[in-house]
Amino acid sequence: MICLTEIKLIDDDGLRLDGRKPDELRPIKIEAGVLDNADGSAYVEWGNNKIIAAVYGPREVQPKYLQDTAKAIVQVSYNMAAFAGDDRIRPGPNRRATEISKITAEALERVILTGQYPRSSIDVYIEVLEADAGTRCAGLTAASVAVADAGIPMIDLVPSVAAGKADGQLVLDVGKLEDNKGQADLPLAYVPRTGEIVLLQMDGHFTRKELEMAMKMAIDACKEIHVIQQDALKRKYTPQSSVNTNEQEAEQ
Amino acid sequence: MKKTIIPEIKKEFINKLADEGTREDGRGLSDMREINFETGIIGTADGSVRLSLGKTEVIVGIKLQIGTPYPDKQDQGVLMTGCELKPMAHPAFEGGAPSMEAVEIARVVDRGIRESGMMDMYSFCIVPGEKVWLVFLDIQVLNYDGNLFDAATMAGVLALHNTMVPAAANELGDDYKLPVTLWPLTATVVKIKNNLMADPTFTEENAAYARLTISIDDNGDIRAMQKGLKGALTYDEVIRALDIAQELTQNIRASLQKSTGV
Amino acid sequence: MSQIENEKVLVVPGQEIGDLSHRPGMGTYASDGKIYASQLGIVNERSGYINVQPFAGKYLPRQGDSVIGIVKDIGPNSWFVNINCPYNSMLHGNETQWKVDYGTTSQYLNVGDVILAKINHVDEIKRVNLTMKEHGLRKLSSGQIMTVDHTKVPRVIGKGGSMISILKENTGCRIFIGQNGVIWIDGELEGIAKASQAINIIDKNAQIQGLTEKIREFLGVYEAEEVDTALPLVEEPEAAPSPENEEPEHQDF
Repeated sequence: MICLTEIKLIDDDGLRLDGRKPDELRPIKIEAGVLDNADGSAYVEWGNNKIIAAVYGPREVQPKYLQDTAKAIVQVSYNMAAFAGDDRIRPGPNRRATEISKITAEALERVILTGQYPRSSIDVYIEVLEADAGTRCAGLTAASVAVADAGIPMIDLVPSVAAGKADGQLVLDVGKLEDNKGQADLPLAYVPRTGEIVLLQMDGHFTRKELEMAMKMAIDACKEIHVIQQDALKRKYTPQSSVNTNEQEAEQ
Repeated sequence: MKKTIIPEIKKEFINKLADEGTREDGRGLSDMREINFETGIIGTADGSVRLSLGKTEVIVGIKLQIGTPYPDKQDQGVLMTGCELKPMAHPAFEGGAPSMEAVEIARVVDRGIRESGMMDMYSFCIVPGEKVWLVFLDIQVLNYDGNLFDAATMAGVLALHNTMVPAAANELGDDYKLPVTLWPLTATVVKIKNNLMADPTFTEENAAYARLTISIDDNGDIRAMQKGLKGALTYDEVIRALDIAQELTQNIRASLQKSTGV
Repeated sequence: MSQIENEKVLVVPGQEIGDLSHRPGMGTYASDGKIYASQLGIVNERSGYINVQPFAGKYLPRQGDSVIGIVKDIGPNSWFVNINCPYNSMLHGNETQWKVDYGTTSQYLNVGDVILAKINHVDEIKRVNLTMKEHGLRKLSSGQIMTVDHTKVPRVIGKGGSMISILKENTGCRIFIGQNGVIWIDGELEGIAKASQAINIIDKNAQIQGLTEKIREFLGVYEAEEVDTALPLVEEPEAAPSPENEEPEHQDF
């Protein structure tokens, strides 16, 4: 049996297992408007993550007792497909998915102008088709594009990414093994227009200084992801334009 | 599944069109919608396909794991087919436990594949009574516009043909192609007034009186059937449905085989 | 932001589109002395307001709008009607031309029936009441109905009703477009099929330039006919192209 703790997450040249620099994102591709029935939708490929987000609404609230006479409610359902992980995932809700659904809904609720649609529900469905670490951030990133695609009024799009610590070093956009073997993980979502943080979690071990730096690193990356989100929406209505991803930069 | 109200005038319009031998989207009564697919799209699955039948879109992922056989089939592997109709795919779908409709789809797809003999379940036995391959076939519906039976069966069969057995990861030698050869397919026909229509859309399904799904193997023999909806079919209608299904599945099989290079 | 007046600018939510020398209009919000887009769409400026004309979004009922609805439930003296918006609407028996006695509603309208109605009132929490009292409002009993995104309604109507005139003249159909994006077409089967295909083309290509030409071509109208835009042929109580409903200009970029 190989002792996995001996895997080096950062090599002697300071590069990570997939060849990335510590502050480098994985390749991200976003496409808006990919589903026919949904009012809005988006598909994101982020590293090997493949995630699809769909939005229905504003529509009647189900169940009715959740209805708010002053504003729309935002309901999110995050789910992993049975084949999305290394082992088959038993279908149906679990505690992890429930928690992610809740914090994603709260992040979106901050940016959606819910007051314009009293007594209604905005329902967001996030399906992870292939998981490769960072699905909650990629899911929220896709979901906010889907909300905009549905024509729902909002303050801004919500980019999201995790920063973390691997082999004692701060790393951006935590990968699968870094997540499993690293020392800390900090998923964060940021509203570039207002400078607000709308999703923040952390587990592991950071010093105060490391935490501050990790947050800054994630916020800077969110600004980069924001451009890819905006581009995905604009591209839907200007089909001749070329795909703008972060891959060009990644290659440099 | 939530009840969907189809406007009365739309039902009448569909009836009128059918009497003229045509449909809302301009198809003839026995025509299938356009089929597009891509295999090997999910890295975490051992086999996968994304398939669209008109606006109906599904992903099927195959995962193989080692497990114990059923007590009455100690020397055979196990095929498990699952389907969920997630609210992402259609406003009529609800969250929570798989609906009756989802269970029916999974079982009809499973029956067509199983009964065709496409998978030799004995070849999935590793140690009789102890270790066998469990084959999970999971159907994920992305967008629903009717006729999941045929879309999911096609996607399931294509995904099985795309599957590599993960032997190396389980210390059983090199990975190898899943030993499958046949191409069982289904054709679903609905009855609207006195007309039979193949490959119904969501609206047509909801305007229909009765439905019949027929699973047909490579020889044109019938391997499974499922009648659905609250209406009934006459003997003659079943015969006409068989004619349509045999012709349709033969054509689809040929084109699927051609595009996968079989 | 004078360049916005001349060019069609595509914006996404959160994008800055002006300062408070304008007033924030539809599809925008004001914050920190600036105006931002709240929806994906095209910026326009009209009488001191800066607006974003959205590409998508749910229809929000407004008093006076003509709509097409589908009866989804029946009460003892009213009907609940789906008007393709986030809210159920109610049609009371008194708001029809029939004398509806308590408990006899289903004699007049049943679940699945399609009606032409007008929005009588919308309250602050978006409870919607319909009326069928005005002349021409009625139950629709033949033809076909289809739905487009309500943001495309101005395109289907066309400038001064030009598009709908082309559709009507070349398919021989009667067409009524609800402000809620539900469209009713009646005529010969072939004409209905042609009209609905043409509307699908408009729905899919609402953002492109030269849409009218494309539709003429589809319908096989090659000579550029003179369409009398001043007097559109209105045999039905048309969803009159009200000012905010009218196509502003070409939406190309």
